[in-house]
Amino acid sequence: MIDDLITALGAEFVQLSLTPIVIGMLAAIACALPGNFLLLRRQALIGDAISHVVLPGIVAAFLVTGTITAVPMMLGAGAAAIIAVVMIEIVKRLGRVEPGAAMGLVFTTLFAAGVLFLEITDTSSVHIDVQHALLGNLESLIWFDAEGWGSLLDPAALATLPPQLPRLAVVLVGIGLFIFLFWKELKISTFDAAFAGAIGIRTRVLGFALVVATAVAAVAAFDAVGSIIVIAMFVCPPASARLMTNQLARQVGWSVVFATISAVLGYVLAGYGPGWFGSPYAVSAAGMIATVSGVILILTCLFGPQRKRVGQQAEA
Amino acid sequence: MSSAKLVAESGKILDVASKDAPLTVRGLTVSYGNKPAVFSVDASIPAGSMTAIIGPNGAGKSTFLKGALGVVPSLSGEVRIFGKLFEDARDRVAYVPQRASVDWDFPARVIDVVLMGLYGSVGLFRLWRARHREQAMECLKRVGMADFADRQIGQLSGGQQQRVFLARALAQNAEFYLLDEPFAGVDAATERAIVSVLKELKSEGRTVVCVHHDLSTVAEYFDRVLLINVRRIAEGPVETTFTAENLQETYGGRLAATHIDELHLA
Repeated sequence: MIDDLITALGAEFVQLSLTPIVIGMLAAIACALPGNFLLLRRQALIGDAISHVVLPGIVAAFLVTGTITAVPMMLGAGAAAIIAVVMIEIVKRLGRVEPGAAMGLVFTTLFAAGVLFLEITDTSSVHIDVQHALLGNLESLIWFDAEGWGSLLDPAALATLPPQLPRLAVVLVGIGLFIFLFWKELKISTFDAAFAGAIGIRTRVLGFALVVATAVAAVAAFDAVGSIIVIAMFVCPPASARLMTNQLARQVGWSVVFATISAVLGYVLAGYGPGWFGSPYAVSAAGMIATVSGVILILTCLFGPQRKRVGQQAEA
Repeated sequence: MSSAKLVAESGKILDVASKDAPLTVRGLTVSYGNKPAVFSVDASIPAGSMTAIIGPNGAGKSTFLKGALGVVPSLSGEVRIFGKLFEDARDRVAYVPQRASVDWDFPARVIDVVLMGLYGSVGLFRLWRARHREQAMECLKRVGMADFADRQIGQLSGGQQQRVFLARALAQNAEFYLLDEPFAGVDAATERAIVSVLKELKSEGRTVVCVHHDLSTVAEYFDRVLLINVRRIAEGPVETTFTAENLQETYGGRLAATHIDELHLA
């Protein structure tokens, strides 16, 4: 048994599975962190919207530059995210519709436009397609030059890590710092925006910064893991975490735990799970990670200690 | 008192009398969409007074408060808090929004909400510390909620929630308190507790303004009234301004004459 484990976690594991798992974790946590505040602000859909509009942005960037290198792709995705946020605001104000409807309208329209874009332009020579956009490419983010755990200390091998890994690590640190440094402001303005405004918190600026952090997480994660994980991670870990505790700090902590469990367990189940049932195939890691996060949400709905809080009013 | 009367009688703000008043408002107009919710309202709240803002539903009472504090953008108007722009007098003001304006399912305990009132004394990039907790507990004691410090806020009754909001305002240790419908949907015990805290504040020389609904308690709780129905109808001491005539003008046909009779007005 222990020998099996050592073999399972040997050199081949480092080369083929370590980096996808770490990248999945980083992406999941980077999305779950801002997701906590989006959820409490009733803005969870904005993560959904942004992760969809990334597709037309990437296609447009490809059409302009003719390459699929990371920088123009991320700029295109970022620009599309900003355009989407502005369009949502416009639809909301001019159409006087509720925010959820405005988001739903904008992101489906832009995503559909991205699909059309893909079809009518010649992108067949490169690796952009709808499936990639939805499910990403987690399994392919392997670490060719790794020869075992020792490679983690080898600068030459580290230099060949998939670029998504350091990129997501930087994004995660940035988002973590933003939330840590502006903890009070985020907490107060999320709970009571009018009060926050009266005591001098720049609520609009802060709200915009949160959306920017969300967009950065979505774009960075999208490149590595696709929009299914992004959407799931903005909502599922924070929603599960809310059912575990009645304190915001603990909720954020639990959301990180659930995001990590989803990424690791989802990847392992996708790669090895079908084998346990005698199937020679693996299933999509992104799909499995999102599914695990959904199962965690169901479990916390059924067994979470704070699941009964709605309608639990004390006597007057 | 005399300056307050002058304001009431002339209908204009007397600059000399109200220069450093807690609140001076001139021509405040706030609009949602095309329809003004508050139109060209003047007001002057003297120091140490307790004022009720009265008017029918949708008359812009809450919007007046929010517009004066810049919580909602105003189209026009000049607002001075202690003679300064609000930005420069923020730490002297405590604002209590309507209880129903927030989601009480938010993951926080009672003490966490009160700690929000100490925001100004914590400092940028820092977190609340033990001494802030002690201060917050003191404020909870004043509203009779010390035993509920660790309770999840979603488990409180409406009255208890309102007391927590008041405790948060007390934590701000301000000179000027603006409360939006503090008595809406609270039990009798809470109403008594809140009134006694507000009277305490007044006796300490602080100024209190409440958006208020219950006409039958105006004379008992407050010494001044500001009658609003989109426009300012009247402002002044309760004895001279809280009259049947002014109420009729503020509420129009919505307030039956018999109801006004029951108030035993001058």
